[in-house]
Amino acid sequence: MSEHDKDIDTETGVETTGHEWDGIKELNNPLPRWWLWTFYLCILWGVWYVIAYPAWPMIKGATEGYLGYSTRANVEADINAFNDKNADLRAALTEVDLTKLEEDEALSRFAVAGGAAVFRTNCSQCHGSGAAGAKGYPNLLDDDWLWGGTIEEIAYTINHGIRNEIDPDARWTEMPAFGEILEKDQISQVVQHVISLSSTEFDTAMAAEGAVIFDEQCSACHAVDGAGDRAIGAPNLTDAIWLYGGDEQTLTETITYSRFGVMPPWGPRLSQSDVNAVAAYVHQLGGGE
Amino acid sequence: MGFLNKHQIIERSPTLLLVGSFLVVSIGGIVEIAPLFYLENTIEEVEGMRPYSPLELTGRDIYIREGCYNCHSQMIRPMRDEVERYGHYSLAAESMYDHPFQWGSKRTGPDVARVGGRYSDAWHVDHMSDPQSVVPESIMPKYAFLMDVEIEGEYIQDLMETHRFVGVPYTDEMIAQASADFKVQVDPFGDTDGLMERYPNAVVSNFDMQPELTEMDALIAYLQMLGTLVDFSTFTPAASR
Repeated sequence: MSEHDKDIDTETGVETTGHEWDGIKELNNPLPRWWLWTFYLCILWGVWYVIAYPAWPMIKGATEGYLGYSTRANVEADINAFNDKNADLRAALTEVDLTKLEEDEALSRFAVAGGAAVFRTNCSQCHGSGAAGAKGYPNLLDDDWLWGGTIEEIAYTINHGIRNEIDPDARWTEMPAFGEILEKDQISQVVQHVISLSSTEFDTAMAAEGAVIFDEQCSACHAVDGAGDRAIGAPNLTDAIWLYGGDEQTLTETITYSRFGVMPPWGPRLSQSDVNAVAAYVHQLGGGE
Repeated sequence: MGFLNKHQIIERSPTLLLVGSFLVVSIGGIVEIAPLFYLENTIEEVEGMRPYSPLELTGRDIYIREGCYNCHSQMIRPMRDEVERYGHYSLAAESMYDHPFQWGSKRTGPDVARVGGRYSDAWHVDHMSDPQSVVPESIMPKYAFLMDVEIEGEYIQDLMETHRFVGVPYTDEMIAQASADFKVQVDPFGDTDGLMERYPNAVVSNFDMQPELTEMDALIAYLQMLGTLVDFSTFTPAASR
């Protein structure tokens, strides 16, 4: 590649690569300057990057970089920054006497708006995104409450859950499986009686027999008139609102095998202000007492 | 010859170009890959992480067999929206016994890295049998057949030995007791002392509420454990991550 190897194209005066393919030669134009400088800048940027950010693995760990960048520290700072913006409201909501929450209009609005977000994230999977529930998962829009519909009772249920092994303070009662206690025809009679409590279409003779059995076996929890007892989570059977279904087949199933609805405790998962917020949200959905 | 023409030396000798390329790729590989094998801070030191119980491990195999990973990832990234929705960001330690890991960020369904304890067993049964019965908006297919497939764990010891082969610290005792542990995890009235000692925080429950031990039991046992093992009260995040 000494001087005498140079092959200059006569047309353009530009040096060629020196190769020839069937009389065709390739011009050896230099790279565009802008391209070359971009290339050099990228190299410089790469050097700066490995100094500024965590990069080189050493013996114990990677170099930390002079900017001190840390994904984990960033996410913590990010979360704290948002929490700090509402720090006063969150603190007030953590300590508020829930029964008096409605008196503080600003705090109440904050609680309901925040509670709606907490509900959609954590509660909607069982209770539905509109809180109307599903079979086995209570509707929270109506005023039929299993364990109590005051805001404090709702907050307790959210904090501790129902029939779970995680929280020793969980609400916990268990209906016996009457398939082991009653005969099949007795269960059918009780079913007719239970239907009679909220409907006009039932077998009168069977319901009369069932009423006697209901009085002996069921009234201790569900009350003599079937109105239930919230203190022990025994549903009201007279209101035609059913968690699992009020038809003959479902009722027979419920009485024979019993039901065991579980709700996880949310106290350990959510902050207390979030629990209070979602309690306030559920309370104002329509059925709050 | 000017400095800018020196590249011609390499370009005109295929052997030299080959050696040069190999050298560059090797250095890159050594710098990027080799440290992962000796760096101690790659996997956090945490309390509570343990190998999966025989039933959980079986459930994990069903999870993989059914392709759950096609829609559900198990990796909560350190971003505010993800932490607010799913809980504490995932740690490398939490998937150190995963072969293969279930990371990902393509969320057709929600991330399940911390789904354990979030829902009741009955919800999982309802949801797996007919997802739309509890979440009408869901596009998840039905997996009701898992309720009908009975399992006995006949190959559980082989499975655990395979996992031990690739580095999961199953002890001889764990493998010897595998069959018993497999069956007792669905029996709340059984003698679970051994199981709980070998696999602390394992959830014991008749998950699918049927007398038979089915694939549904195994899968729910696995899901109810996900993300619950690490004790975050004793964890301090290290810098430079």
